[in-house]
Amino acid sequence: MIGQIEDVIIQTFCRLIIPFMQVFALYVIAHGHHSPGGGFQGGCILGASFILLCVAYDIGEAKGRMSEKLNVMLCSLGVIIFGGIGVVCLILGANYLDYGILHKLLRVDVPQARSLGILGIEIGVGFAVMAAMISIFLNLASRGEHEEAIEWE
Amino acid sequence: MSIAAILLLSAGTFFFATGVIGFLRFPDFYSRMHATGKGDTLGAVLMLAGLALYNLDGGFSLGNLLVSMKLLFIGVFWFLANPTATHAILRAAFDSGLMPWTKDGKPVIEWPPKSQEDT
Repeated sequence: MIGQIEDVIIQTFCRLIIPFMQVFALYVIAHGHHSPGGGFQGGCILGASFILLCVAYDIGEAKGRMSEKLNVMLCSLGVIIFGGIGVVCLILGANYLDYGILHKLLRVDVPQARSLGILGIEIGVGFAVMAAMISIFLNLASRGEHEEAIEWE
Repeated sequence: MSIAAILLLSAGTFFFATGVIGFLRFPDFYSRMHATGKGDTLGAVLMLAGLALYNLDGGFSLGNLLVSMKLLFIGVFWFLANPTATHAILRAAFDSGLMPWTKDGKPVIEWPPKSQEDT
């Protein structure tokens, strides 16, 4: 078993690159309906930036930045955004995830409503994928035994 | 413009080929990573610079400039990330006790090094 390696080259590189990775991930999410990319890919990049932090430092340091409770909440929030937009479309009288009908709610024309609707969907997917990636990594890295348990009020 | 692009792409291909030859011919893990880490980094950056120049061949419109800037950003990222990844892999191999290759199979220094144990 190899101990924890503190490597100044890797840590400095990760400190440099992680903010740019996260900005790029937001770009991929926000530009998903104009160019290749979208919620899933952007969420994966966001999750990868956090995993890089875990690898370069340690899991405790990374959990100090984003607790596991917040992570699970973001995962649920992403699913709620995705399903919520679909259900709002249903309530307004269109099919599930038929965003065109959102023009009644947003007071814009139909193509703009479609664009905004798919942006919302991608933000939801991005949250859910990011949280799921981080959760999978933390489970695998700590062999299923989390260092701190998830506390629910 | 396209002559410069061709020159850059050829230089990139040369460095890639050098890296692959080193990867195939060198005897052990450390020297192979030594060849591929350097060769791939410079080869990929040169090829990306060549592609950015080639993309500008159609004129300096905003779309072309944007694509070239993105290619250059990939180059900068690669220039930082590839040596770091190589360093991380080599560091992991060193810390797990892999001995460098020697001609007679005996370590030239005491292996594993003493100083490594107290880190």
